[in-house]
Amino acid sequence: MGNVPSAVKHCLSYQQLLREHLWIGDSVAASPDPAQASPLLSGLPEDVKIVEVGPRDGLQNEKVIVPTDVKIEFINQLSQTGLSVIEVTSFVSSRWVPQVAAGATEIAVFGAASESFSKRNINCSIEESMEKFEEVVKSAKHMGLPARGYVSCALGCPYEGNITPQKVTEVSKRLYGMGCYEISLGDTIGVGTPGNMRRMLDSVMKEIPSGALAVHCHDTYGQALANILTALQMGISVVDSAVSGLGGCPYAKGASGNVATEDLVYMLNGLGLNTGVNLYKVMEAGDFICKAVNKTTNSKVAQASFRA
Amino acid sequence: MGALPKQVKIVEVGPRDGLQNEKNIVPTPVKVKLIHMLSEAGLPVIEATSFVSPKWVPQMADHAEVLKSIQRFPGISYPVLTPNLRGFQTAVASGAREVSIFGAASELFTKKNINCSIEESFQHFDSILKAAQADGILVRGYVSCVLGCPYEGKISPAKVAEVAKKMYSMGCYEISLGDTIGVGTPGAMKDMLSAVMQEIPVAALAVHCHDTYGQALANTLVALQMGVSVVDSSVAGLGGCPYARGASGNLATEDLVYMLAGLGIHTGVNLQKLLEAGTFICQALNRKTSSKVAQATCKL
Repeated sequence: MGNVPSAVKHCLSYQQLLREHLWIGDSVAASPDPAQASPLLSGLPEDVKIVEVGPRDGLQNEKVIVPTDVKIEFINQLSQTGLSVIEVTSFVSSRWVPQVAAGATEIAVFGAASESFSKRNINCSIEESMEKFEEVVKSAKHMGLPARGYVSCALGCPYEGNITPQKVTEVSKRLYGMGCYEISLGDTIGVGTPGNMRRMLDSVMKEIPSGALAVHCHDTYGQALANILTALQMGISVVDSAVSGLGGCPYAKGASGNVATEDLVYMLNGLGLNTGVNLYKVMEAGDFICKAVNKTTNSKVAQASFRA
Repeated sequence: MGALPKQVKIVEVGPRDGLQNEKNIVPTPVKVKLIHMLSEAGLPVIEATSFVSPKWVPQMADHAEVLKSIQRFPGISYPVLTPNLRGFQTAVASGAREVSIFGAASELFTKKNINCSIEESFQHFDSILKAAQADGILVRGYVSCVLGCPYEGKISPAKVAEVAKKMYSMGCYEISLGDTIGVGTPGAMKDMLSAVMQEIPVAALAVHCHDTYGQALANTLVALQMGVSVVDSSVAGLGGCPYARGASGNLATEDLVYMLAGLGIHTGVNLQKLLEAGTFICQALNRKTSSKVAQATCKL
C-alpha cells in the first residue's frame, strides 16, 4: 500500500465483505469466453470433499486436555456446518472392537512411507505394520465398516529426511490393495512444496485412481494451501483439514500443524468449487473450540474476521 | 500446467510496507541495520523507506536519514516510495536512484487515500515520471486493490488492466499488482492477470499478495504458473492490515523463499541470513514473527 495512515477509515466491515460471495466466487462462475479461459484453473474438480480432522488430529496434538462435554459440543457444532466427514476416532489398536461397539462407522489405519517413522511411532517395520493392517481391514470389512488408509511422511520424514515418491506409492498401493477405500497422503511435518507434491502424486496416481486419494497437508512451513492447490490441479478432490488449524507439530516446538479448514474453505469458495460447507458456521465452531482450549486460532480467515 | 520461471526476483518491502504498518516506532539505526541484514541475505531489491509526510506516517519520518545511512551493496537496488513530486525531489536529493509510485484500481480507494480521482492521480504521476526521466531515475508503479477494495468490494480485471496499462505507458518499468486486503483467491488472480497480460508483457509484472486470508502463497503460485517472475514480500510478514484489526498483512519472505527453493527456482536469497534478519526486526519491534518457516524450529 502507499501512504496509508494506520488509522482504520470508514470502510466495509469484513463481515460484509465475506458475505459478498458474488465477488469472491464470481470470477470463475461468470467465465465469459471459453477461448479466453486459461487452462491453468480449468480441470479443477467441481466438488471437493473436506475431511475434518480437528476433533481427532487437531485436539490430540493440543496440550490442553479437552473435557468430553466440550468435545461433544464441538463435534455437534461441526455437524451443523455441512462438513460431510468429521473424524472423531483417536487410534486403531488391537483392541478396536470396543470402539466399534461404541458406534464407530469407519476405521482408520495409519501407515508411513518411512521405516524410521514407522519404527518410532508404532514400534514395527512398514512390512509388519501392513500385515497387522491387513487383519484389521479384513475384520472391519466383515463388520461392514469401511477403512481409510493414511500414509504419513509422504513428502518428508523428521528422521529420514527425503522420502521417494516410489516408497509412498508402494505403501499406498498396499493399503489400497488390502481394501482401504481412500488413501490420505500426509505431509506430516509440512515440509513439502508444490514441486515434490506434484512428483509424489504423479507417482501414486499411476497405481491408484485419483478418486480414491486425499491430501493431508500440514502448514508448518506455510506451504499447505499452495500444496493443496497443486493437488487440486492434478485432479485430487478430497482434502483433510482442521478447524482453526488445531494441532501443533509434535516435531517442531512452537510450529503450527494442520491447515485451517476456514482458510481452505475460503480458497475453495473463491475457486467456485462445491464443498457443501458453510464458512460462517465453521468459523463459529472454530471460535468455540479456541475459547474452550484457551488458544488463539491459527486460521487467517478467522483472525481477519473476528475482532481481536 | 504452465511452466514455472527458472528465476524469481524478490522485492523485499519489509523496511517500507512492513514497518509503515507496524505500531511500534523503530529508531533509525534499527532500520538501517535491518536493511543491511537484508542486503547480506542477497535480496536483489529492498524498498528502503517512504518519502511521505511524517504527519501521515510517523514511522517513515526519518526517510532521508535512512537513505543516506544505508550501505548500498553492488547489484542491489534500494527504491523508495514517493507519493508526490516534492517527495520525489527530496528523495533524489537524498540519493534515491529508483522510486515507487502508487496507483489503485478503485476510485473510492484513491479518493480516500490521496483525495483525488484515478484520472487526477495519473496527472500527479506524470509530473513525477517526467522529472524521473530527466534525472535518469527508474520508476516502479504499484496498482492497489487488484483483487478487491475495502470500500468498493469487487474490482473488475478490466479496470486493473486499464490502470496498469496507463502507468506502464507513462514510463513505469515494472507494475506491481497488489491484493491490498488479501481477499483474492487463485481463480481471481488468474482472471486479473489474464486481463493485464493482454496489455503489458509479463516480464514487466510483479504480484504483491497480502496474506490476510491465508491465500498469499497459493495466489503467488498461480501467478508464477502464468509466467510472472517478480514477487513482493516482507521479511517476517511484517505489517498488519490497516483495514482489519488483528489481521496479518504481507506475505512473509521466508515462506516465499522456502517455496521457491523447494520448486528449484533461483532467487539468490540465503534463507538462513534472511531468518536472522527476521529475528532481529521482530525483537526490535517486540512482536512475534508472522513467518511459518521462522516459527518452525524443526530443521530437515
